[in-house]
Amino acid sequence: MIRQFLEWLGSTGWSIRLLESFWVWPLVESTHVLAITLFAGTTIMMDLRLLGVSFGSLRASDFTARMLPWTRLGFAVLVVTGVLLFYSSPVRYYHNVFFRLKMIVFVLAGLNIWLFHSRIHERVGEWDEDPRPPFAARVAGAVSIAAWVIVVISGRMIAYNWFDCDLQPQPDWVNWAAGCVLEAAE
Amino acid sequence: MEETKLLLPFFEWAEATTPGRIVRESLWLFPVLEAIHLVGLALLGGALLVVDLRLLGVGLKGSTIETIGRHARPWLIVAVVTLLGTGVLLFLSEAIKCYYNAAFWVKITTLPIAIAYTFGVRERFARGATYTSAYSQWVGSADLLLWFIVAAGGRWIGFS
Repeated sequence: MIRQFLEWLGSTGWSIRLLESFWVWPLVESTHVLAITLFAGTTIMMDLRLLGVSFGSLRASDFTARMLPWTRLGFAVLVVTGVLLFYSSPVRYYHNVFFRLKMIVFVLAGLNIWLFHSRIHERVGEWDEDPRPPFAARVAGAVSIAAWVIVVISGRMIAYNWFDCDLQPQPDWVNWAAGCVLEAAE
Repeated sequence: MEETKLLLPFFEWAEATTPGRIVRESLWLFPVLEAIHLVGLALLGGALLVVDLRLLGVGLKGSTIETIGRHARPWLIVAVVTLLGTGVLLFLSEAIKCYYNAAFWVKITTLPIAIAYTFGVRERFARGATYTSAYSQWVGSADLLLWFIVAAGGRWIGFS
């Protein structure tokens, strides 16, 4: 079902035009990469505050509130360009192990943000001025940095075709992880 | 017009160095170095942006420029060292390709200016500055522009 939809998506005119464009695709990709600085960069800075490693003299809630508009802007650019890049070659990305890893960790990073905001940041008043936030906040900061670093690295690795389904034979775990549909399989 | 290719021997030497050869001949090293380079870029972006946005008066306005600069400085240095370390190895592995690459020249000529400007002008300014002024906005904008050229040029090396 998903695969059929993605095959159709990849056969649409705009998908092909985007993939084959001389300037647009590289520009979209470059925008995606440069927006990492805005999103991941400001996120890492906020996480360093949560970890109690840096910016200790700034109130945690103030730091977050003033940085978040920039983080959100970076996020919006990343999502728009990311969706366009996916649209340019949906089937290939869908079966790319690094893309799958990136999406899983992306969801986990989102879950971490949700947990942080609903459980920890709610009571920020109790630790706002502490240079070293409570343990739960430090864990959230560490998980965030780790998750976004994995997202960036696996995102970069999507470009490599080592584990592509059409490069058989692949180890079983690769075919499983990439969801390869093997022609020869009975 | 006759091209003189004065610097080409240096690039040929760079490509022939042992680290360059090791990275070039490995299946994994180049991608891994590139990935670390990219994480370094994210860190650099964060460390630069918190200060530059503060200089522009649109970021962490709850604290002085001097305070933000002092907190961000160690990460700025970590990021630049990471980027230079991985960047040199990436360069050595494909130096001759870089020689014929216009984006590489844009990046490599802007990079020393950006480093000198950030550490020589902007950091020096940030140490003594408290609040946003028209002057601080110029200092911050120039910094963002220089590093934007470096980063965009760097990304474009792979496309041309």
